[in-house]
Amino acid sequence: MGGIWVVGEVDGDGALTKLSCEAATASRLLGEAAMLDVRGVVVAAEPDAAAASMTAFLPVVIAVPAPEALERPAAAVVAARVAALAGAAAEPPAYVVVGATPDGRDLAGALAALLGVGILVGATGLAWADAADGLPAGPRVEMQPFGGRVVTTSAFTGERGIILLRPNMVAAEPLAALGRVEAAATQEIVDPAPVRVVERVVTQSTGPAIEDARVIVAGGRGVGGPDGFSGLADLAGLLGGAVGATRAAVDAGWVDYAIQIGQTGKTVKPAVYLAFGVSGAIQHKVGMQTSEIIVAVNRDPDAPIGEFADLFVVADLAAVVPALASALRARAG
Amino acid sequence: MRIVVLVKPVPDPGEERLGADGRLDRTVSAVINGNDEYVLEAALQLLDANGGDVTLLSMAPAGITDPIRKALAMGATRAVLVSDPALAGACAWSTAQVLAAALQTLEYDLVLVGADTSDGGGGVVGAAVATLLHHPYLSHARKIEPFEGGVRVERLSASGHDVLEAALPAVVGGTQLLGEPRYPTLRGIMGARSKEIAIRTLAEIGLADRAVGGAHATTTLLDARPPASRGSTRVVRGADPAAAAAAIVDFLVERRAI
Repeated sequence: MGGIWVVGEVDGDGALTKLSCEAATASRLLGEAAMLDVRGVVVAAEPDAAAASMTAFLPVVIAVPAPEALERPAAAVVAARVAALAGAAAEPPAYVVVGATPDGRDLAGALAALLGVGILVGATGLAWADAADGLPAGPRVEMQPFGGRVVTTSAFTGERGIILLRPNMVAAEPLAALGRVEAAATQEIVDPAPVRVVERVVTQSTGPAIEDARVIVAGGRGVGGPDGFSGLADLAGLLGGAVGATRAAVDAGWVDYAIQIGQTGKTVKPAVYLAFGVSGAIQHKVGMQTSEIIVAVNRDPDAPIGEFADLFVVADLAAVVPALASALRARAG
Repeated sequence: MRIVVLVKPVPDPGEERLGADGRLDRTVSAVINGNDEYVLEAALQLLDANGGDVTLLSMAPAGITDPIRKALAMGATRAVLVSDPALAGACAWSTAQVLAAALQTLEYDLVLVGADTSDGGGGVVGAAVATLLHHPYLSHARKIEPFEGGVRVERLSASGHDVLEAALPAVVGGTQLLGEPRYPTLRGIMGARSKEIAIRTLAEIGLADRAVGGAHATTTLLDARPPASRGSTRVVRGADPAAAAAAIVDFLVERRAI
């Protein structure tokens, strides 16, 4: 049987993403349990540096150059190369693990179509199980659908599949010794229908990505405006976290859609979620309710968030935010 | 311009549950998936500006037509619903093959799909459909602008957006930033009653002998359980700002979070 491949994703600077390190670690542990070979694959215009970073976690990483004027190839371009590599391999991969980012989802969809395999999306945990109950031996994948209102375990019915792993589910653990980078053999590529990148527009600084943040300081309608959000950014800075927002705050134009948490925004699972002026409507709740610790500050004692927060402070956030910033500064000394 | 919008009826968000068979309980009241409404709105704006038609394409049990009827009331021209008993329990890979096969029976320049679905969908079907049909795929759009023979899309990125262009026919995945979906007007609701919802079986889209549907699912659910309980909420009331801040710091320290 083939092994497990992990596709590493590179960021805008060509560096390996944090989630790729987590996916590499999770796959290595799965491979150890299954006694399967695990290797990384990095497809980029200049893949060597990111592939070398990935060898901290995996014994073998294959570097695949992609012809791309700009540093970051589109998911379809990556998928075509991973599929070609799998097609040419003596032992094609049984399972492919990909980080559940926007590009990772595009890659998984395209790769599923090219390889003709199933996908399990949004994995929060991976374990290996022996054949049982008519299912072959394979990964058992934990997921938390419906905004985490239920925890499920799923499996592939055959001996192949693609797994999309969510961020912050596994801590990246380096190997004792670095692995090695292998250059991919020249490939016969069936390129996807072309998409031309006309321009890359940078409008915001990239702080810690909200999906990766250990601490999220989120604001809702109760924050009152952009000024209120600068207070939350101050707190996020003190806690080494990122700022998030509800849809109401995004719709009001106070903050960018990129940090919207909830049904039509991001799904997050930080260690600490501090919610200010967030009512806790279902559309927001589904994006954050699996956070490890939820602290809510709201003036309204009947706000729904009070029903699922771990600590609920009924108070005016305009006064609490600066007081909390002072307390954290004092603590940091 | 001829546009097909892929729409998925989903359980009302917050009401989703699994049935005893481990499949999604479809008896919960269904709505159009949130992100699909945004791409439908974008399609209707293109229709208003350039003419043409907007066809809804969905795969769902034949009984679930209320959400489709609502999308028709918003202004879509017609609907095609792929519905077949064999499709119950279909996996994402089956779904992609079915939608791609159904698209091949339609005429279109542009296919629009929502970024993801609220009932546990992973936002992977659009890319799979585009790949199967060898169409360009432009995802996470915040703006969609057709031009002669092609489409220009502003795609969200980690640091802003990328401007992408591709030839038609193309598949575009869209987000909430495309704009607030319109409400159906009374006239729209009346008009939707006479619009066609064409039901198509697997045989009618040429997949009679193909390995798609629940019996050929590539994935299966083994177990579903409630999440670990969060425990009770500690409530702090009537504290002055400094005391409220201290309560938060103490709590985070106690839980070893800072």
